[in-house]
Amino acid sequence: MRLIAIIPAYNEEATVGKVVAEIHSAMPEADVVVISDGSVDATASVAAASGAAVVNLPFNMGIGAAVQAGYRYAEQGGYDIAVQVDGDGQHDPSELAVIIGPVMAGNAEIVVGSRFIGRSDSDGFKSTRMRRIGISLFARVLSVMTGHRLTDPTSGFRACNRKTIRLFAQEYPDDYPEVESLLLAHLAGFRISEEPVKMRARGGGHSSITPIKSVYYMVKVMMVLFIWLVRKKPELEGRDA
Amino acid sequence: MHERIQIFSVIGSVGLLILIFELVRRRRLKEKYSLVWLFTSLALFAVSTIPGLLDSFGHAMGIYYSPTAFFILAFFFLTLIALQFSVVISKLSERNKTLSQEVALLKQRIEELEKKGR
Repeated sequence: MRLIAIIPAYNEEATVGKVVAEIHSAMPEADVVVISDGSVDATASVAAASGAAVVNLPFNMGIGAAVQAGYRYAEQGGYDIAVQVDGDGQHDPSELAVIIGPVMAGNAEIVVGSRFIGRSDSDGFKSTRMRRIGISLFARVLSVMTGHRLTDPTSGFRACNRKTIRLFAQEYPDDYPEVESLLLAHLAGFRISEEPVKMRARGGGHSSITPIKSVYYMVKVMMVLFIWLVRKKPELEGRDA
Repeated sequence: MHERIQIFSVIGSVGLLILIFELVRRRRLKEKYSLVWLFTSLALFAVSTIPGLLDSFGHAMGIYYSPTAFFILAFFFLTLIALQFSVVISKLSERNKTLSQEVALLKQRIEELEKKGR
C-alpha cells in the first residue's frame, strides 16, 4: 500500500512546514506532496525544506484545481490511498489513521473527517454559527441525494482509495469543491463514510471564504448540486474502470 | 425605407461582411467562429438591400413598428454570438486548467530527476 498526503496551500508559509512535519511523524510511510497554488510567499520553499514534494501551479487557480493537481500527482505516481489535509493546520495529522482505516479495510471509497459526529460537542473548533448553519444545510441536502448520513460535507480532511484518486484526477469541481466532489463520488457509484475528528482553529494565514463570498458560495453549491441531477453521471475512463 | 438610411445600412453591412471575410482570410478569425458572424452580417445585408423584407418580417412576427423588428433580429444574433463565446471560454478554461496542472506536475518531476542525477 502506497500512501500519499495531498496538501493544497495558498500562501501558508506560517503553517505548511508544521503540517508536513506532523504528517511525517504521524505516518512515516506516507509521501507528502504540497500543491502551492500560485503562492507569492515562501510556501513552496518551506514545504520543500520540510521534506515534501512540491508542485508549483504557475498561477493561482483556486482550491479545486490545486486539489485536483494533487490527485493527478497521486494518480501518476501510482498511489493506492490519498489523504487530503489542509495547509493551514486545521486538520490534526495524528487523526489520519482514523480516516484511512475504512478505506484501507475496503469499507468505503472515500472517508470524510467530520467535526460533527461522535465525541462531545464542546470539543474542538466548530467554526462560526452562520457557517455551521450553512454546513448543516449542505449536509441535509447531500444526505438525501446520496442516501448516506453526512454531517460535514465541507470538510477538506479526507481519505480516498485508488478508484477515487482516478476519478478526481479525471474530474474535479473548480471552486468550493468539497461538497460537489462528494456528490461526484456518489454518482460514480462510490461509498462515502464519515469518521469523527477534531479540528483546530487555523494556525495562520486567512480563510479564503469572506462573509460576502459565503452567500455566493451557498447559492452556487446548491445550484451545482441540483444540476448534477440532470447531468450524465461521471464515469471512470480507461482500464479496469 | 428612407433612401438615405438605406444607403448607410447597405454600406455598413457590406463593410461588416468585408471585415469578416478579411479576418478569416488572414486567419485572425477561425472559420469555426466566423459562421455566426457571417450569418449575422448576411442578415443585415438582406434587410438593408431588400426594401420590403424588414416590414414583412415584422408583420409576420406581429410587430407593427418595423424598426423594432430590426432590433429583435440584431438582439437574437448578438445573443447567439455571446452564448457561443461563453461556450468557447468554458472549453478553453477547462483545457487551460488541465495544461497548467500538467506543466506543474512535469516541472516537479524534472526537478526530482535533476536532484537524483546529481
